[in-house]
Amino acid sequence: MTALKRTPLHALHLELGARMVPFAGYEMPVQFPLGVMKEHQHTREKAGLFDVSHMGQVIVKGASYAAAAAGLEPLIPVDVLGLPENRQRYGFFTNEDGGIADDLMLANRGDHVFVVVNAACKRADIAHMKAALEPGVAVTELADRALLALQGPCAEAVLSAMDARTVNMSFMDVATLDLNGVAAWVSRSGYTGEDGYEISVPADAAEDLARALLAHPDVEAIGLGARDSLRLEAGLCLYGHDIDASTSPVEGGLTWAIQKVRRAGGARAGGFPGADAIIGQMAEGAARKRVGLLPEGRAPMREGVVLFATAEAVDPIGSITSGGFGPTVGGPVAMGYVAAEYAALGTTLYGDLRGKRQPVTVVKMPFTPANFKR
Amino acid sequence: MKFTEEHEWLRAEDDVYVVGITEHATTQLGDLVFVELPEVGVTVTKDEEIVVIESVKAASDILAPIDGEITEVNTALAEDPSLANSDAIGDGWFFKIKPSDPSQLNDLMDEAAYKSMIG
Repeated sequence: MTALKRTPLHALHLELGARMVPFAGYEMPVQFPLGVMKEHQHTREKAGLFDVSHMGQVIVKGASYAAAAAGLEPLIPVDVLGLPENRQRYGFFTNEDGGIADDLMLANRGDHVFVVVNAACKRADIAHMKAALEPGVAVTELADRALLALQGPCAEAVLSAMDARTVNMSFMDVATLDLNGVAAWVSRSGYTGEDGYEISVPADAAEDLARALLAHPDVEAIGLGARDSLRLEAGLCLYGHDIDASTSPVEGGLTWAIQKVRRAGGARAGGFPGADAIIGQMAEGAARKRVGLLPEGRAPMREGVVLFATAEAVDPIGSITSGGFGPTVGGPVAMGYVAAEYAALGTTLYGDLRGKRQPVTVVKMPFTPANFKR
Repeated sequence: MKFTEEHEWLRAEDDVYVVGITEHATTQLGDLVFVELPEVGVTVTKDEEIVVIESVKAASDILAPIDGEITEVNTALAEDPSLANSDAIGDGWFFKIKPSDPSQLNDLMDEAAYKSMIG
């Protein structure tokens, strides 16, 4: 087994008393002394600082933004060419079967595309992009940069004290700002359902910036545990759990991320891996769908819980892919895949929990209202 | 007070024992969010899984520390599992058990032995 990698904030995490765990090849803080529940609530009420430096930060650069964007479109079923300058968009790499190879964020940073991918997939994603794009378009991993996220209703007030331009950014805007004396690449986005920012800075400037943010009384360091409960309540997918190489964007409820121009009848329709399967499913519907699930009572239903149409049925109709206790909801929340005929809102299903069938209702996501600054 | 290797504590109260899990255990588990307690009146056997607890991280089973009959359960804990985090050896108790073979208590650890086990 290879040694776990460390982020530029590793020493700070230890100093703050984090409990460290292996995650996607990195030693990461799962929780700080505050604990998962309070870290979650603090992020919803004030502001939480997350270290997401394990994620892959990649610059895709050709002769122009359009050259880089045109190179990516055959890999990603998203309107990359039409993304305005200083705007960010969610997307994913698809495979030949129409499954999702990884999900990602794309930003138009003027003369290049800035791509952020999942830690566990970054090596494969970068190889995939290099194979398709180089030598005409260069694909460069920025291993010397850290990525922080400041999330929660106080994030704007905290960050605008460092650079007032943060106030004028809308959800999914990107900008280069001066934070703590460093040129930071900032996007108004996140993975919690709250307003907030994701901040890319050189590795050697990360700890000073983190300390400066944590010095604000409204900011607490938040670990992966609360990051997971926050994104689950926000209805956001965790790659490798809620979406993976075997789930299509249609099954995953992510067709909103495929702009019209890449759909059937669009000017640049298809032309990405698995296009026939995905466009076919968009027309005819998928056999299964990702849905929000609200278990009755207090017992959490976690990943792997098998779902049935009735309390007695023998054949499963789906399973849970993410589930746990939602601290803001004050009870268990989950998401999972069910056969399309059971995906209607309000449908009662039954999860097998330690041999007992417990009722669970198909509900709309997110479980907590999104507080983005549109 | 007596302790088990499974991080339970037992405190004598008249002819029954009050049972909970230690602060060391609740710290390791993280915030508890769900507790399923046994029914009052059932007879249990040592090492039988009689309680399900879930923290923010995972589900775990709590074993019967000794043979006996469950005489009372902490319904306040089922309503608010965080009591086990905030007051592990007080308000966060799980159940009361009437031993059917009191000699089993002799096999349990005292506080010094438990403390040396958890280091």
